Amino acid sequence: MKKSIFQNDAFQSIIAAIACIVAGLLVGYLVLLAIHPASAGEAIVTILKNFLNYPSKPAAMKYLGNTLVKTAPLLMCALSINFCYKVGLFNIGAAGQYVVGAGACLYAALALKMPWFVCLLCALIAGGIWGTVVGLLKAYANVNEVISGIMLNWIGLYLVNMLLGGVKEQASPYTLQISSVNEKALLPTLGLGTFFTNNKYVTIAVPLAVITAIAIWIVLNFTKFGYELRATGLNKEAARYAGMNEKRNIILTLAIGGALAGVAAAFLFLTGYEQWSTTQSSVPGMGFNGIAATFLGGLSPLGTIFSSYFIQHITSGGSYLDKNVYPSQISDLISAIIIYLCGFVLFFKYAMNRRYTIKRR
Amino acid sequence: MILLIQYTLIFASVLSLVALGGCFSEHSGVINLGLEGVMVMGALGGALVMRALGGAPAIVIVLAVLIISALSGMAYTLLLGVASINFKADQTLVGTAMNILATAAATVIVKAVNMAANPDNVSSTIQYVQAKKAFIVKLGRFEFNWFMLVALCALILAYIILYKTKFGLRLMACGENPQAADSVGISVYRMRWAGVLISGLLGGIGGIVYITAGVSEWKFETGVAGFGFLALAVMIFGQWKPSGIGLAALLFGFFRALSNVYSGFGFLAALNIPGTVYNIMPYVISLLVLMFTSKNSRAPKAEGIPYDKSAR
Repeated sequence: MKKSIFQNDAFQSIIAAIACIVAGLLVGYLVLLAIHPASAGEAIVTILKNFLNYPSKPAAMKYLGNTLVKTAPLLMCALSINFCYKVGLFNIGAAGQYVVGAGACLYAALALKMPWFVCLLCALIAGGIWGTVVGLLKAYANVNEVISGIMLNWIGLYLVNMLLGGVKEQASPYTLQISSVNEKALLPTLGLGTFFTNNKYVTIAVPLAVITAIAIWIVLNFTKFGYELRATGLNKEAARYAGMNEKRNIILTLAIGGALAGVAAAFLFLTGYEQWSTTQSSVPGMGFNGIAATFLGGLSPLGTIFSSYFIQHITSGGSYLDKNVYPSQISDLISAIIIYLCGFVLFFKYAMNRRYTIKRR
Repeated sequence: MILLIQYTLIFASVLSLVALGGCFSEHSGVINLGLEGVMVMGALGGALVMRALGGAPAIVIVLAVLIISALSGMAYTLLLGVASINFKADQTLVGTAMNILATAAATVIVKAVNMAANPDNVSSTIQYVQAKKAFIVKLGRFEFNWFMLVALCALILAYIILYKTKFGLRLMACGENPQAADSVGISVYRMRWAGVLISGLLGGIGGIVYITAGVSEWKFETGVAGFGFLALAVMIFGQWKPSGIGLAALLFGFFRALSNVYSGFGFLAALNIPGTVYNIMPYVISLLVLMFTSKNSRAPKAEGIPYDKSAR
């Protein structure tokens, strides 16, 4: 029996993602209309154009580079959540694993004056440990990973603010510039910046993040390890019955997820693009936006590459709005609505499948 | 010392209100992870009312703020109800989306309101110095806040409703075994809607209490800094029971208050413990408690699972 294209899972995911995006943009447009009707159309186009708002090609390329710099960490966070979700775990703790990753790599770079690969490793280990704690609690004490993840997000934030308080600028709450303290902690660019009009922030982080996405796709779909993990996610009891060590799989999954989120932070902060503010009182949104990218990407590591870029694209686009007319948070609003709508995707797929089975009878 | 008691009581009021909200929702079978967002929305509604009513009589301000905050919170939980009850969406995902959405939407709304009033004002801050005085009654050096009474009433009412009324027992049945509840003629969907809306009502009030607790202006870009999540911890620590929630809220509120005022105590300041430690304390305690209690947790058994009439 030949399946209709509408019953193909990948096709349904793409349709659903596009529907979510369109609906999210529509709501964003309505909000823009409500605030200032005259230039709402222009504003939504500005958000969608992002770097294309610059008429000259070199400038546009440079700002495309900036968008990519922030896409890399977002993609890594999304992969962390995606990987854990495949094993039936909702890694909301990615936000905190990202935070401790940032703390570890910045401390290694600014206080210990380590070279970049050591800093990267520190971020990986710190994030991994934070994830492992969640995994241990889940496997041995039956603590819901969402609740423990949230608690660890806040513990991580306060600890990192305290740790980095020692390496901040005298007059501001921000950490020292890596380029002025310890240049060898910056990720190598390998000349990638020249493609983006000498944008020095474009580093190996961008290709590495994409390679990681492909690697995770391969591990999950084509290896015995990935198969075991997915089996554990689908039915824990059945997996144990088949001789898989489900406790070990849960801990390992969250450790890997944590490491991915930790590296995400290194991919941002070791480029020197941003400094950590030691007075921030809320957990950075990167980990939560990763949830958006994961679900928008149809829970596929490959789809996540595109959805991460899209989320970052409109977030960056929001900063080009005229700040005297529209708040730039419109972009956050649009991505939040997109995440919310992703909640309906399962129902949408179910309805689509049912429609086609009924037709065939 | 009086300051410490005052802060402990007001933070405990916030935490118990919001945790009770979570408690009603979870007893009906829906996990409300979006409480943080509900608080932001309640706070927004209340703050806008305070801004508008500046010099009105105290009783008018208190009632108007209470009602509008509660309604804003309830309206916002419609998002959760529709997605998780009617469309069987993943409750964790929807809750997370609501938290992000609330902060973004509140920032956009406040900025738009500020800009409409004064084109040069692009901040996301609302001030309510004048209106805030309506909530406070000075008893000597202690500042009694009407919201403390509201929280106490909510605790007592929640106990009565959950354990002594037909409605409460039916609500809890829907979180334990919805199929069985349905078989004796209880509408599971309707009960879950009730649970979700009550959580919006209490969460919304909790939000306005939080932003008026210590300060007289609020920057909406910061959301409510994790208080909604702390309230969830209070709810778990209190084992989903109003009495437990009241005690847990006092404990967590005490630590939160300590981080605000510890420098005023000679012996605590002498210990030279950074304020961070007091901030972390509630989270660490709840993790430890979770570790020891989760094996035989009293959590509602069917929470988080969308109800499907045809499932066996």
